Amino acid sequence: MTQIRFTKDHEWVRLDGDTATVGITNHAQEALGDVVFVELPEPGRDVTEGEACAVVESVKAASDVYAPLAGHVTQTNAGITEDPALVNREAAGEGWFFKMTLSDKAAFDALMDEAAYAKFVEEA
Amino acid sequence: MSESLKITRLDALNRELGAKMVPFAGYAMPVQYPAGILTEHLHCRAQAGLFDVSHMGQATLEGPGAVAALEALIPGDIQGLKPGRQRYSLLLTDTGTILDDFMVAKISDTVLFLVVNAGRKEADFAHIAAHLPDGVTLTRHEDRALIALQGPEAAKVFARFAPASETMSFMDVRDFEIDGIGRIRASRSGYTGEDGFEISVPSDTAEKFVRMLLAEPEVAPVGLGARDSLRLEAGLPLYGHDIDTTTTPVEAGLTFAINKRRKIAWDFAGGPALRSQMDNGVSRRRVGIQPEGRAPARDGTEIVDASGAVIGKITSGGFGPSVGAPIAMGYVDTAHATDGAPIALMVRGKPLPARIVAMPFVPHRYSR
Repeated sequence: MTQIRFTKDHEWVRLDGDTATVGITNHAQEALGDVVFVELPEPGRDVTEGEACAVVESVKAASDVYAPLAGHVTQTNAGITEDPALVNREAAGEGWFFKMTLSDKAAFDALMDEAAYAKFVEEA
Repeated sequence: MSESLKITRLDALNRELGAKMVPFAGYAMPVQYPAGILTEHLHCRAQAGLFDVSHMGQATLEGPGAVAALEALIPGDIQGLKPGRQRYSLLLTDTGTILDDFMVAKISDTVLFLVVNAGRKEADFAHIAAHLPDGVTLTRHEDRALIALQGPEAAKVFARFAPASETMSFMDVRDFEIDGIGRIRASRSGYTGEDGFEISVPSDTAEKFVRMLLAEPEVAPVGLGARDSLRLEAGLPLYGHDIDTTTTPVEAGLTFAINKRRKIAWDFAGGPALRSQMDNGVSRRRVGIQPEGRAPARDGTEIVDASGAVIGKITSGGFGPSVGAPIAMGYVDTAHATDGAPIALMVRGKPLPARIVAMPFVPHRYSR
């Protein structure tokens, strides 16, 4: 079963079996504006929760993307390095950043669900 | 947004247009409209962009000694400037560094019209006022709005309201009486590298005039975000980033602003210092920088040579939407300031290959 969770750094995490896919939320891409460059972690890298592991740059500024949970990066999305605007067009889908296996799958459930994230954005 | 921010005469319209407002030089200013920086930038290069730049400082310097008084503070020739013409110039410190860059228009032999940077206007006008003889007055126009209409279609659009503007050349300045708006002052100039006008408009009718321009099919509002990427592509320095009180016009590559006549006597603020720099050279220069990859290098990025030694710093950098690649400008040691010279930019701890290149990145399209 596929589940989606969100972080306070405006990333989404989708869990399919053992693999988590990570991207930035639609709210985040709107705030950033036109994305012109992304830098992704090397597959094989171990990351800790909250570690800066990717960069997204808009015309205006550079922002870090953080590992939502601890784990092991397994794959990155060449589609967004070739066409960074895909992050704007498809933030929640084809514009994903990287896939990872989680050190602790239980930690996934502690992240915000969609309703909690919507409330978080509204209150921010 | 902080309550202490000032607003421009176009604030309500900017908000109605859906602008994202940010603090800039003490004002709440539109950084972008809903179209976004990239689209706004490209629209300005393709058709016509309308900018609210009312935060900038406008003033009239008037009196029989106005020209001489201003010339004492700048390296430009105002005496030889014809009425109806405008010139880019620099307010200099006694050591030849830059207090501000600004536009001066000659309205008549005794009346000059100045447009200075928003973040510098208090300091500029205080500096000028402190150096005026009796009989010369400086009058600020805080009540007037300032807008820029820029792009290849700008002249065609503006001529619908001011037909006589069609015959104006780059850097001409003229006043027009517009039905329902009143007297406006337009200069054929701008900060995008495109043809266009900067227009001073009475406060009470500024919003009405902007609505008239926005109703034209070629015109779309453009925010400060795209203004920055447009001027960067045009190779134009931004005060506070690329030039300031630690840089001189010689280092900044602005020696065109040091007039030939003024170079005989060097009788202006900073003159002797600049004469020495012109004679003996300078240790660093402002240059254009083209990163070879796709990663933008921002203001403050260190520039290193092949051995990793620091040779300079980026002062403006980002993505050039019309170039379709990252671009930057900055200062490097003179030995490295050669077009084509390979350098590296320290971005997130890694040296990214780049080259020194000639500016502008996008050719100017002024109407000469």
